[in-house]
Amino acid sequence: MTPEPARVRDEVDAIYRSESRRVLATLIRLLGDFDTAEEAMQDAFAAAVEQWAEDGIPSNPRSWLISTGRFKAIDRARRTSRFDSIDASTPEAPEVNMPEYDETGVEDDRLRLIFTCCHPALNPDAQIGLTLREVCGLTTEEVAHAFLTPPPTLAQRIVRAKAKIRDARIPYEVPARGELPERLDAVLHVIYLVFNEGYYASSGGSLIRSDLSSEAIRLGRILVELLPEPEAVGLLALMLLLDARRAARTTSSGELILLEDQNRSLWNRAQIEEGAQLVERALQSRRFGPYTLQAAIAAVHADASTAASTDWAQIVALYDVLMLADPSPVIELNRAAAVAMNSGPAAGLALINAILVRGDLTDYLPAHVARADLCRRLGQNGDSIVSYERALALAKQEPEKRFIAQRLRELRATSPR
Amino acid sequence: MKYLCLIYDNEQAWQKFPKDVQDKYMGEYAQFTSSIKQSGQHVGSNQLQPSHTATTVRIRNGKVSTTDGPFVETKEQLGGYYLIDARDLNDAISVASRIPSARSGAIEVRPIVERMA
Repeated sequence: MTPEPARVRDEVDAIYRSESRRVLATLIRLLGDFDTAEEAMQDAFAAAVEQWAEDGIPSNPRSWLISTGRFKAIDRARRTSRFDSIDASTPEAPEVNMPEYDETGVEDDRLRLIFTCCHPALNPDAQIGLTLREVCGLTTEEVAHAFLTPPPTLAQRIVRAKAKIRDARIPYEVPARGELPERLDAVLHVIYLVFNEGYYASSGGSLIRSDLSSEAIRLGRILVELLPEPEAVGLLALMLLLDARRAARTTSSGELILLEDQNRSLWNRAQIEEGAQLVERALQSRRFGPYTLQAAIAAVHADASTAASTDWAQIVALYDVLMLADPSPVIELNRAAAVAMNSGPAAGLALINAILVRGDLTDYLPAHVARADLCRRLGQNGDSIVSYERALALAKQEPEKRFIAQRLRELRATSPR
Repeated sequence: MKYLCLIYDNEQAWQKFPKDVQDKYMGEYAQFTSSIKQSGQHVGSNQLQPSHTATTVRIRNGKVSTTDGPFVETKEQLGGYYLIDARDLNDAISVASRIPSARSGAIEVRPIVERMA
């Protein structure tokens, strides 16, 4: 009995969602080229819709799709070379050399795909675009929309990146042990950028683009499943712990709510639990780095039922370690904010003033917001207004602008000039 | 596959180095060159005279125009090259990263267009 076509199409759609990235990753290895592999994959799924309606769904759909895709590509190559050939009398099809497909190594292919898309020799924006397209299966339009880039611009970057992979011969491989730390950093960085763009949308009308955060978490999960290095585990933990606050971070009308004012009962407890366990796992490895340390800080926040009951001393101590592992003015600023909570606003303000006087972070909005807030708490309203005004000039995002403007109105009302 | 590794470094800094530092540097270059000759990756290499000896030639309106100096003035100057044979870009990057000037200047790695004979 043949299955109903509509049901087969539904099944094929489901298999497309769960398997198309694996099929693509393996076809790229077998065919040696991104575009050829994408075409072959589409051909294979088109063939599946027809043939499975007749023969039923095979016991191993993935392997069916990969072999079919491979044959379709060989077919295409033969046809093209026959058309290209001037001597039409050549009776034999040219030899097409392609490695045979075998089921082992499919998971390695996914890892190869991730490392190739995040190769540091590719343009950084193209790395993000390629990863979201090839590894996550987003369309170019979806990626462009998420990053507020015109689709043709992004499409061109991706075309160039694919051309570079081919012409400069970027190999389709998981880096060797010696190169792994540096190359893994590049992959983690791409995932982190995708997450951040979702978590702190840098511009535009909405504060959070949760679709991007979710994609980043999905990528993080794939990576941890394939290559459970401590920092990959740490990054996944960090993303889960930050994303757990999603529902509490904005009001229903999209206004920003600071960490200290969030309704913590809205935090996603299951996600916090998972994140906290991953932090433990990464810390136990003793080979952890900045992502794990940031995740550990997020875990301390997650542990506290209110901002006041947070173990701020522990957070300052973690920032001290982070400053040794990955010193930067931004980490220094975050440490200063934790010091303010632990030892009072005056101590924190002194540290922030020192950073700003040095000329670092002059154009970094959170530095001015943090300074304004501490001045406000100390009753130094004039200084607070100056910093909020500076912050307002730097703000690019609507909810953030409204938040700062509101604070300015309150301050001006209490301290008429 | 062949890659051209273009060596960019600060000539003026180099010229100011004391003799023993220059000698040490050249020694490192000799060592690197012999290592890639041994591995069979060396196809060709040359050190260039300093950029003040460069001449840029163009033909405009059918006339040869000659100007003094390199095509682009940069903070770091093209000082030499290695033409290498590498398995892929990762292999080429690992060779390029061992060129002594990678530590002070930069190496641009460019794949060579391969044409069928």
